[in-house]
Amino acid sequence: MTEQKYPIGQYPNLPPPKNSVGVVAWLRDSLFSNWFNTLLTILAIYIVIKTIPGLLDWAFFSADWVGTSRDDCSREGACWVFINVWFDQLMYGRFPEDQVWRIQASYIIAIAAAIPLFIPAVSRKIKTALALFLLVLFPIICFYLYYGGSFGLEVVETTLWGGLFLTLVIAVTGIVMSLPLGILLALGRRSNMPVVKSVCIVFIEFWRGIPLITVLFMASVMFPLFVPEELSPDKLIRALIGVTLFSSAYMAEVVRGGLQAIPKGQYEAAAALGLNYWKSMLLIILPQALKMVIPGIVNTFIGLFKDTTLVLIIGLFDLLGMAQLAATNPNWLGFSIEGYVFAALGFFVFCFTMSRYSQSLERRLNTGHRN
Amino acid sequence: MSENSQRELSEEVVIQLKQMHKWYGEFHVLKDINLEVKKGERIVVCGPSGSGKSTMIRCINRLEEHQQGQIIVNGIELTSDVKNIEEVRREVGMCFQHFNLFPHLTILENLTLAPMWVRKIPKAEAEATAMHYLERVKIPDQANKYPGQLSGGQQQRVAIARSLCMKPKIMLFDEPTSALDPEMIAEVLDVMVTLAEEGMTMICVTHEMGFARKVADRVIFMDAGQVIEENNPHDFFEKPENERTKLFLSQILGH
Repeated sequence: MTEQKYPIGQYPNLPPPKNSVGVVAWLRDSLFSNWFNTLLTILAIYIVIKTIPGLLDWAFFSADWVGTSRDDCSREGACWVFINVWFDQLMYGRFPEDQVWRIQASYIIAIAAAIPLFIPAVSRKIKTALALFLLVLFPIICFYLYYGGSFGLEVVETTLWGGLFLTLVIAVTGIVMSLPLGILLALGRRSNMPVVKSVCIVFIEFWRGIPLITVLFMASVMFPLFVPEELSPDKLIRALIGVTLFSSAYMAEVVRGGLQAIPKGQYEAAAALGLNYWKSMLLIILPQALKMVIPGIVNTFIGLFKDTTLVLIIGLFDLLGMAQLAATNPNWLGFSIEGYVFAALGFFVFCFTMSRYSQSLERRLNTGHRN
Repeated sequence: MSENSQRELSEEVVIQLKQMHKWYGEFHVLKDINLEVKKGERIVVCGPSGSGKSTMIRCINRLEEHQQGQIIVNGIELTSDVKNIEEVRREVGMCFQHFNLFPHLTILENLTLAPMWVRKIPKAEAEATAMHYLERVKIPDQANKYPGQLSGGQQQRVAIARSLCMKPKIMLFDEPTSALDPEMIAEVLDVMVTLAEEGMTMICVTHEMGFARKVADRVIFMDAGQVIEENNPHDFFEKPENERTKLFLSQILGH
């Protein structure tokens, strides 16, 4: 029998044993917890040692950074001269060089209006005003800035739009339009009204059932065959509508998943307090449902962002399209790897940002228990 | 013991169920329910699980739809007319077994949401009312927390306060204490007793027989979708008439 060290009921809180916390404990638990994990750790270290130095050498140490033509590249490492020379095209496509300021101006407006949204100290009223500006006024400003035709700006046909700029136009339009549309479709699919419900089901299943390439191809090739040319909107607009409808169908199913996860009691409590359908959806159900499916929503956004590369097949040149186009230029044959790496980095930056933002949003909106 | 059964009641009938029937698909859950509740009356509904008691009170604010008969609340008949349903729900508060607080809103926001959006009361006034009721349920200090941070008993008291903020004429309680730990049941019952003493018209589905003895004007016993017995608490507990009632009482009071 051990001796009673403390009076009954007064046992103090002792620190945990030394070897269960700290760096050593972490190493042991995560990397060397058993023989199999130890083997995997060693294997991983081996692979890292074998690949990373070569990669670094290619991308940085042996790479060529300055110059104006392919002759400036030694070809021992990456030829970033290629990216340098084509940078403007990769960013803005064939947008006239002296008009590029219009795109840059829109970026600056967007960033300036968006930054306060992420500062906690800014009041709610200002944030709401800025968000409304970004969602309503800003797209209109962008349209006049990009396309021109009034306010003394010359018209820049959409066929000249390209590069990262085009990627952003398609992705942002798709993202901003598909979320509300997806929410409406999801609510419609759960509606008690048979007509609304069946229309939504048919819409969702139709758009989910066909590949995006088909949608884009139809929009650009088939559409003009049936609709007279005067009535047919611009090719880019057709692509935008196609992308939006396509991703709204996916969005609808993600949101529906969230709606189904809300306990019936929440609907009942809202109803019992006298809230009507729209109020209970907007105030009670959707805030919870959307919060729950943030990962799914952002997943759809990221998917949509990368799917914009498919507009290449209807003759629009986004970031990846421009990279490919540049690599097929007779003066620059053989630099497709640099082009792809650059495009991949570009996509990664945006997708990773969305992913991180969604995680911080989840943490911020977490209010503990969900019922 | 049941001194309240002799209480003078107003003659005004606020809830009326006439030959009401309800089916879930083929299943006949409620059979020929007839009930009249006068203003200020406190009714306790008990019975074994599956007897339809929750379904019955959920019909009164039409969380469940009845298929036959009439339900008239505050002079408004419940039909599929959405306007009527919303009007009834504004005047009828309800507390649920699982509280059903809105987890994404603070306690204060839970309490002010319906007054602001349904009754169009200005925010400051709604908050003042909310704090008043939070004080009455003795948790004003929790106003800025989220429901997930409160104990079950506190959550249920918030739920009661949330209903009261709408200034309802009638309160429905659907097994308000059956999801609570024994230690927390008393704090919720206390709030309900106070409410009863202030003259609120209440229908409570509950297994708390002590509460029934203390505050009920009438106890209704249901089984298999029918009202089996209906009496003042004294006679209900001391001389139940129906065999089914006797069995039920012996089971819940027997130990």
